[in-house]
Amino acid sequence: MRTRGTTPKSLVGPVLVVLALALLASLTFYASAYTVIFVTSILMYVVLAVSWAMFSGPTGYISLAPAAFFGVGIYTAAVLGLKLPLALVILLAGVGSFCLALLIGALTLRLRGIYFVIFTVGLVELIKNLVLWYEVTFTGTRGRFVIPVDNNTVYYVMLTILVLLLLTAYLIRRSRFGLALQSIGEDEQAAAHVGVNVNPLKTTVFAVSAVFMGAAGAIMATRWSYVDPYIAFNPLFSFMAVLMAIFGGLGRFYGPILGAVIIAYLEETLITRFPYHYMLIFGLVLVATIVYLPGGLVALAPKLRSWTARLRRAHPGG
Amino acid sequence: MHILEGNAVTKHFGGLAAVSDVDFAVDQGEVVGLIGPNGAGKTTLFNLISGALAPESGTIRFQGDRISGLKPHVICRRGLARTFQSVKVFPHLPAHANVQLAALFGRTDRMSVAEANRETVELLEFVGLAGVGAVPAKDLKLPLQKRLEVARALGTKPQMLLLDELMAGLNPTEVAEAMDLVYRIRDRGVTLFLIEHVMKAIMGVCDRIIVLHHGQKIAEGTPQEIATSRTVVEVYLGE
Repeated sequence: MRTRGTTPKSLVGPVLVVLALALLASLTFYASAYTVIFVTSILMYVVLAVSWAMFSGPTGYISLAPAAFFGVGIYTAAVLGLKLPLALVILLAGVGSFCLALLIGALTLRLRGIYFVIFTVGLVELIKNLVLWYEVTFTGTRGRFVIPVDNNTVYYVMLTILVLLLLTAYLIRRSRFGLALQSIGEDEQAAAHVGVNVNPLKTTVFAVSAVFMGAAGAIMATRWSYVDPYIAFNPLFSFMAVLMAIFGGLGRFYGPILGAVIIAYLEETLITRFPYHYMLIFGLVLVATIVYLPGGLVALAPKLRSWTARLRRAHPGG
Repeated sequence: MHILEGNAVTKHFGGLAAVSDVDFAVDQGEVVGLIGPNGAGKTTLFNLISGALAPESGTIRFQGDRISGLKPHVICRRGLARTFQSVKVFPHLPAHANVQLAALFGRTDRMSVAEANRETVELLEFVGLAGVGAVPAKDLKLPLQKRLEVARALGTKPQMLLLDELMAGLNPTEVAEAMDLVYRIRDRGVTLFLIEHVMKAIMGVCDRIIVLHHGQKIAEGTPQEIATSRTVVEVYLGE
């Protein structure tokens, strides 16, 4: 939607993206097995945060349903993993989450504000208990084993999901529909009155965002090898996605990515170094960010720019 | 020919008849005013026409087709646009994007982004907002936000425009400018239906005036007839 000339500055972004992708694509050749697993879980959080932000960022509809779509993906892998090839399982997990989100969206996106939030929390609980009831009643067990896949494959599948997600999110954001989603977040009634067909648009983007959450769930399940409804439909996945996206900042495309990478990294290092104080430190970092940077980390960039500009003025020639 | 026509339009809120059995018609190219004391049902009638609300009974027709009960975006794309009494611009979007969105979504003919951009620049200039296209709507002063809302509505290329209190809260100079804007919109061939409290303005710009009171139509006629009508004077000043 915006048009800019090709200046050296505007090339910085694309060059960084290509560099990061090259580093990630060749990761298994130079990194240890531990690093690959670690990066996989960071990528998983990036997928959750970015796909959450794709819908909730512009529209302001705070969905706490990522855990539901993630869990549907996990169970798709648990049920079909033995019978079908991996690529198909992941595809089906995406389709399953898409359909569920379409149904949920059509039913509930008329709800606004806190009612929508509460519904999405309830949804995760509902599906968890439905699955639990089914398992106990019909299969007689609580959990399931998932056929494992080697770490490098898990990593590359997750990376592929992420690249497809970033591409989709970027294209939607730049298109006329990105503008329409923003207008819904600004004033839904006004948007409808200038011709935006709000309900189908919201539902479609909500469902598209669920595809990636479901696919990520399916591939993660193969790494965990055992799942039960409490693991698969853990509301923490919803909270983490929201937290990471807001921590990074919804104002910019790279905000949720930044938030997810930093929090996932912090979580892992804090757990290993300060196993007893990790939650405390983690909490403090989050509280400080919300209090001092309500716009998220991306709000730091303009602040830093004005600081450096002031410094340069104070020390000319320095 | 009537471009807009309502028959026995009725809407209740709880036990209260907000709009009760109202008949109205607006002709192609006319400027029609809708007046009445606070709570008379003027904005409710606009909401019924624009699709924000559906009437319980009665029908509304636009260019001969029934539009009552249709969704707002459908009514908008058919060529009937509106502004809001409490300004509803998209606050954090730049002025340009506010109008561009309308050009992209409010029409039946699909426009390219470049065409929509051209149209947007033209419309911002038309309402006197050239040069502030990059400013977020919330940072504009109220009179400018109202003009932005007009530009946005015009972005959908309407045959008819509903203006809900365009002049409320404006000072005399701004009212004069707003009246001028109303004339210029009419000269583009857009039929206008407007709610207004500023009497001088409404008497000046309207070809015909409809008066609502307690949800019912109590009078209709030329500004001259309305100004001298006993019923209208009683409603406004008390018996």
